Amino acid sequence: MALYSENVMDHFRNPRNVGVIEDADGVGEVGNAACGDIMRIYLKITDNIVSDAKFETFGCGSAIASSSMATELIKGKPLEQALHLTNKAVTEALDGLPLNKLHCSVLAEEAIQAAVKDYYERQGSTGIECPE
Amino acid sequence: MIYVDNAATTKMSPAAISAMLNCMEETWGNPSSLYAAGQRAAEVLQDARERIAVSIGAAPKEITFTSGGSESDNQAIYSAALSGARKGKRHIISTAFEHHAVLHTLQKLEEYGFEVELLPVGEFGTVTARQVAEAIREDTILVTAMYANNEIGSILPVAQIGTVCRERGVIFHTDAVQAAGHIPIDVKKQKIDMLSLSAHKFHGPKGVGVLYTRQGIPLTSLIEGGAQEMGRRAGTENIPAIVGMAVALEESCAHMAENAARISVLRDNLIKGLSQIPHAALNGLPTNRLPGNVSFCFEGIEGESLLLLLDEQGICASSGSACTSGSLSPSHVLLAIGRSHEVAHGSLRLSLGEENTEDDVERILKVVPETVAYLRNMSPLWRDTLGGKKAFVLS
Repeated sequence: MALYSENVMDHFRNPRNVGVIEDADGVGEVGNAACGDIMRIYLKITDNIVSDAKFETFGCGSAIASSSMATELIKGKPLEQALHLTNKAVTEALDGLPLNKLHCSVLAEEAIQAAVKDYYERQGSTGIECPE
Repeated sequence: MIYVDNAATTKMSPAAISAMLNCMEETWGNPSSLYAAGQRAAEVLQDARERIAVSIGAAPKEITFTSGGSESDNQAIYSAALSGARKGKRHIISTAFEHHAVLHTLQKLEEYGFEVELLPVGEFGTVTARQVAEAIREDTILVTAMYANNEIGSILPVAQIGTVCRERGVIFHTDAVQAAGHIPIDVKKQKIDMLSLSAHKFHGPKGVGVLYTRQGIPLTSLIEGGAQEMGRRAGTENIPAIVGMAVALEESCAHMAENAARISVLRDNLIKGLSQIPHAALNGLPTNRLPGNVSFCFEGIEGESLLLLLDEQGICASSGSACTSGSLSPSHVLLAIGRSHEVAHGSLRLSLGEENTEDDVERILKVVPETVAYLRNMSPLWRDTLGGKKAFVLS
């Protein structure tokens, strides 16, 4: 039995949206080096739509795959929708993650929330309540 | 496929397989039975015992067959602890980078009131006989120190530690799981009282091992229910596996010098090549390590993703990252030699064996640097370090 689903392996092998957006409108980072997981998400926002999303990840295969899938799920979507992306949605889109790797999808959810929050803060807007 | 995870397990020796098949077909009797078919099995068992004893410089009756290294470690430690407790001695000395079969057993003993002292292993991963001598107290019953480390390959000064323990009347146990069949062992010369080994680390079958116990050292059975193994371990002996182990150990010992010479050249070439990767560090010393062990930490990347990508390229290796250990913390061995958590997550162990070639080394030296660079390129940690936002941990 393989460790990961074929979909996880696909996103791990060929991660989508790897890289940096130099003039990002929002950047979010979660995790820490000591725990072996850091995710950084860059967002470009146009008219309240996520017009581009990129990621950098230091972490295991499922962390990389979760970042890749999470950025795919929010690209082209309204900001509001990105803000409410759940780790469950990321996991399901990947056809599941091993139990001990579910925290990777949680990191992806949190990284995107952090990036959206950063965007709102830069805008000086408090129009939408952000989850802590 | 390039298999460089021989410290995890090894491919079985064809001679051992054939001996096992023959044993299963021809000598399937119970060695405890008195009729001829049983006694033939008993003879085969005794023959294996003698051959294994010779391979490590022991007497046949000092050999107890077990299910492997973990059981041997458990039984050795519990036995010594019990005999100590009877005399009111409850102090045990070990090292910070033992296998969990030792460390977890010691933790259990702590719950039962034993005092365990783990010696620090320094940045290169070893302990000196002097450290041991200084730690021994009146109430010390056991010193358990591994022969060679499974992750970073460092070889401990076993003979010196044995001498100190013998002089001070303390039982000396060594977990020789990584050493047996790869580097010379002589329990008499090295003054070893108890030694654990596991067959599948030297091309024997899985699920079988040995606990050598010097005559006169009391052994407590962990498994009750029969008089097998001179009352030291109940249960009908796994004769085919024991025969396979004997053949594999003899074979490994017969070719030990030539194998070690050839494999250590491959090892040194790998170490030289991987050292070219910037911000990478060898774990352990370049010399004084197992012939097949190569262990590195690479800054800015995580070990599991490295292993998965190497697997894609047909390279089977291992890492001490938390994600590969099933725990939240990276390898206790790497932490014990002073690696930070961050860097320990980016570790890679390549353990070479008899079947590896110069072509394998060449291919590894092409794939590993490329893969490390690829992962670093998507690592925010690496970006911050390169950008000067964070200091490099490894020079």
